[in-house]
Amino acid sequence: MKSTKTMSIWHILMQWEVILFFMLVVVIVVNSSLSPYFLDLNNILRTTFNFTEKAIIVLPMMFIIICADIDISVAGIIALSSCFMGLASQHLGAGTPALIFIGLLTGLSVGILNGFIITKIGIPAIAVTLAGLFLFRGIAYVILGDMAVTTYPESFAYLGQGCIGNTRIPFQLVLFIILAIIFGIVLHKTTYGRKLFAIGNNSTAARFSGINVDRIRFFNFALIGLLSGLASVLLTSRIGSTRPNIASGWELEIITIVVLGGVYIFGGTGSILGVVISILMVGLMRFGMGLINVPGLVMNIAMGFLLIIAILLPGSLRELQSKILTKQQQQ
Amino acid sequence: MFEKVLKKREFTLFVLLVFLIVIISLRSPRFLNIANFRDILDDTALLAMVAMGQFMVILIAGIDLSVGAEVALAGMSVALLHQYHPEIPIFAIVLLSILIGFSLGSFNGILVSLLGIPPIIVTLGTMGIYRGFVFVVSGGTWVSAHEMSDAFKNLPRGGFLGVSNLLFRAGREIYGVGGNEIASQYVGINLKKIKYLPFMLTGSICGLVGLLWVARYASAQSDTALGFNLQTIAACVVGGVSIFGGSGTTLGVLLGVLLLGVINNALTQINISPFWQMGLQGLIILVAVIINTIMERRTQELIIRRRNL
Repeated sequence: MKSTKTMSIWHILMQWEVILFFMLVVVIVVNSSLSPYFLDLNNILRTTFNFTEKAIIVLPMMFIIICADIDISVAGIIALSSCFMGLASQHLGAGTPALIFIGLLTGLSVGILNGFIITKIGIPAIAVTLAGLFLFRGIAYVILGDMAVTTYPESFAYLGQGCIGNTRIPFQLVLFIILAIIFGIVLHKTTYGRKLFAIGNNSTAARFSGINVDRIRFFNFALIGLLSGLASVLLTSRIGSTRPNIASGWELEIITIVVLGGVYIFGGTGSILGVVISILMVGLMRFGMGLINVPGLVMNIAMGFLLIIAILLPGSLRELQSKILTKQQQQ
Repeated sequence: MFEKVLKKREFTLFVLLVFLIVIISLRSPRFLNIANFRDILDDTALLAMVAMGQFMVILIAGIDLSVGAEVALAGMSVALLHQYHPEIPIFAIVLLSILIGFSLGSFNGILVSLLGIPPIIVTLGTMGIYRGFVFVVSGGTWVSAHEMSDAFKNLPRGGFLGVSNLLFRAGREIYGVGGNEIASQYVGINLKKIKYLPFMLTGSICGLVGLLWVARYASAQSDTALGFNLQTIAACVVGGVSIFGGSGTTLGVLLGVLLLGVINNALTQINISPFWQMGLQGLIILVAVIINTIMERRTQELIIRRRNL
């Protein structure tokens, strides 16, 4: 009796989400010791500006990695979308609704192209999106060269900089929370979510049980394209300018967040709770490093190590758990 | 049958290369010039060496995204060392650069082989880590030409029997790979070693290339060799190496390297903005991967059809 009780507590403590939560608490404690202003509600709301765009791409990336695929072209999609929005605003004087439409449409079309090549021609996602990463950003370089577009209409700034009504709650944050709830429901409460897990665990078995594997994978890539377009709209609006090197290196951080959130890199497992905690943790960690003036390239060292640790830890924890379980069963 | 298709592939590449050279020299008379060709060969020799490493990694169905950062970190480290301690002999610096690359590559290799993390994730992580360390060791500063001695800068330019040192080394690397290809056919003896070796070798090559790079371009900075990952992968894929691993030839990769080198050189020769480079390389990879996959499928279908007969 006693042993099962200790086991269940041990079991809860060993849940990846719980460990992540403690890591998040540590980050918050460290940050508030670095700056007395950190634990101010307005301040925390403002810091979310720094990671909501990434967080929005993290959600569909979670779907893709659960399906045992990967998309490393997302930052390229952001650059291309932003570039087309810049062109429309500079040469056609496009208004805010048209800019949003162009941003989303570019992202969606690129996502559809990726999905088509991956599922219809049957080329591994890593090869296609690696080429895409450079192709899409390369097109932005060809169009913009070393120029920057800064001629965005004033109303466009609201999307990335504005807050809801008279409150201090950023519009972006609300958008992300709504999306996170939708993605959570789809992943955990619908057949689409169950199919994602089935494909990630064993795509052949999933196909034989009547799941249209390629259609779901195609849909995932179209979705991540669309949401990268959305992230591009928000980012372009927030910084108010487009350069071809916009959002470079984001793929590293986005994949890190997903994997750190407990999504197994070979697919098949993951939860929205872990991923959301992971978004908060990484976002606040970056903010804390910013507080003590750590340069961006050096932050990448931390992100790189975090990515590797995030992959090693859940696996070794799982091994530990099963060892303890078998030991208890032997007793 | 399979061999025939492979041979065909290299032949097509060769024809494409000759065709390209003819077209470019019609557009720009300066292109067909011995000095220009030496330039192309010197530039591509660096690419060829690292592409050989990347080739080995792709052969084991892996990928190494950290090669550019490895080149930059090794290059920056030895350039700084040379700047502050010019009394250290060049010979020691060459050894040191290889040693640095060896450690960086080994770190990748250990994570992949011993801990079983997928190569793309490992090298995506170490790409950030190594690139970050370039910034840490240099503090964001550059090492430029006047801070390097002539002996240091002349390192890659020295000739050997009329053949550039760069080419000579690249040639030796190829033989190394030739040996490894045979070894890799005997996989199953020690899988962990086979998965570690390509990363370790690639790292060591990158270390040496880092030194040659900063010496050749007489400058070391945080963004040295930034687009190099893509170029090496492009060279392999264009050369007919399957991204799934297990097939490809050194000759194919070499032709792929030359093709990329000629295209890059030609872009500047016929006055096309260098901003085209990144997009063009992305496009070349995409097209090459698609062609490879379709060709592979066709050979497989052929084999199946023959068996049925």
